Amino acid sequence: MEINATLIGQLITFAILVWFIMKYVWPPITKAMQEREKVIAAGLEAAERAKHELDAAQHKALSIIHDAKRDATHVIESAHKRSAQILEDAKETAREEGERIIALAKDEIGREVIQAKTVLRKQLSELAVQGAEKIIKHNLDASLQKTLLDEFVAEL
Amino acid sequence: MSTAPNYIEHHLQHLQLNLTNFTIGSGGFWTLNLDTFIVGLMTAVLIGAVTRYVAVNMQVGRPGHLQNVVEVAIGFVDRTVRETYHGKSQLIAPLALTLFLWIFLMNTLDLVPVDFIPSLLSMAGVEHFKIVPTADVNMTFSMSITVFFLILFYNFTVKGWKLGKEVLTSPFGPWLFPVNIFFRLLEEFVKPFSLALRLFGNMFAGELIFVLIAMLPWWSQWLPGGIWAIFHILIITVQAFIFMMLTIVYLSMAHDVH
Repeated sequence: MEINATLIGQLITFAILVWFIMKYVWPPITKAMQEREKVIAAGLEAAERAKHELDAAQHKALSIIHDAKRDATHVIESAHKRSAQILEDAKETAREEGERIIALAKDEIGREVIQAKTVLRKQLSELAVQGAEKIIKHNLDASLQKTLLDEFVAEL
Repeated sequence: MSTAPNYIEHHLQHLQLNLTNFTIGSGGFWTLNLDTFIVGLMTAVLIGAVTRYVAVNMQVGRPGHLQNVVEVAIGFVDRTVRETYHGKSQLIAPLALTLFLWIFLMNTLDLVPVDFIPSLLSMAGVEHFKIVPTADVNMTFSMSITVFFLILFYNFTVKGWKLGKEVLTSPFGPWLFPVNIFFRLLEEFVKPFSLALRLFGNMFAGELIFVLIAMLPWWSQWLPGGIWAIFHILIITVQAFIFMMLTIVYLSMAHDVH
């Protein structure tokens, strides 16, 4: 154990090493470490913000679904009402149409009955005339007989 | 194999260069302990190269293994400095890091088997070689004297005239100023000695115990050698940490006005 010139040599080595570390090692490494701290802090902040946003979005989605459900119920209800209305209307129309057709048919029938009656009357009168002609050819004056028969037809 | 005292003495001899005529051997004060100097230089270059390599290839996103190791050391030193030291100097933290890494690396060389490097070198004709630079007082004093002058520098530059008042009046008040001055001088001059001798003592004793263990029969060395090596890992780290921590504390004391 003796102090000698090694002390001076080691002083120089030490001074150079400290200078080198201070100038070329410490600043870039600490700078990068601080940068990383910032990156991590920003990442955590972003994650927090994203979480909040997700919460808000979920809330919004729920409310939208809720609204949609309510709207759908409304639509179904009104559709039910409308279909009932349409059914009612159709029934009404059908009934009216039926009544009209029945009325028409009745009219037609009435007309045909009258026509048939007229035809029958004519045929009957002709038959009566023919019958009378045959009778009169046997015994009576044709003109007197015809007058009587016309009177008879008019009474029919 | 020589006798035990010879063996120990052999292990405590430095490889010395006489600076007056550049021959191997002692030359009084003008002697360079080549082993201390070369190992110290090699470890310094290694630390400088590795940390510089990491600094150049620094990645913010995906740190590699080496970068993680260096970052842990730097983060640890940075935190320690920030907790203790509140001045503005940009020198303290890199100084503390350098002290910690360098002392730690040099101390770690104590774990290399005591005869390994010397016997390798003796084949090349080198007679003595102590590979642990921190077991040489010149090494430890070179660092503690640097710290001592930095303490003086900051005392004068930060405190200015207040330093005079502080030296005269604390701790016993103005009437006992001669005692105050004496105490203050004693306190300041003890600092480099305590720093240097604590580290030197620990590492020298540790090395000596390894040398003693190496003199046991070969089949019994593993037990005490293993136990002492494991315990020595703690000493290596703790001594590097203490030197760094006390440096930070002393330098922040030099900044704080009482």
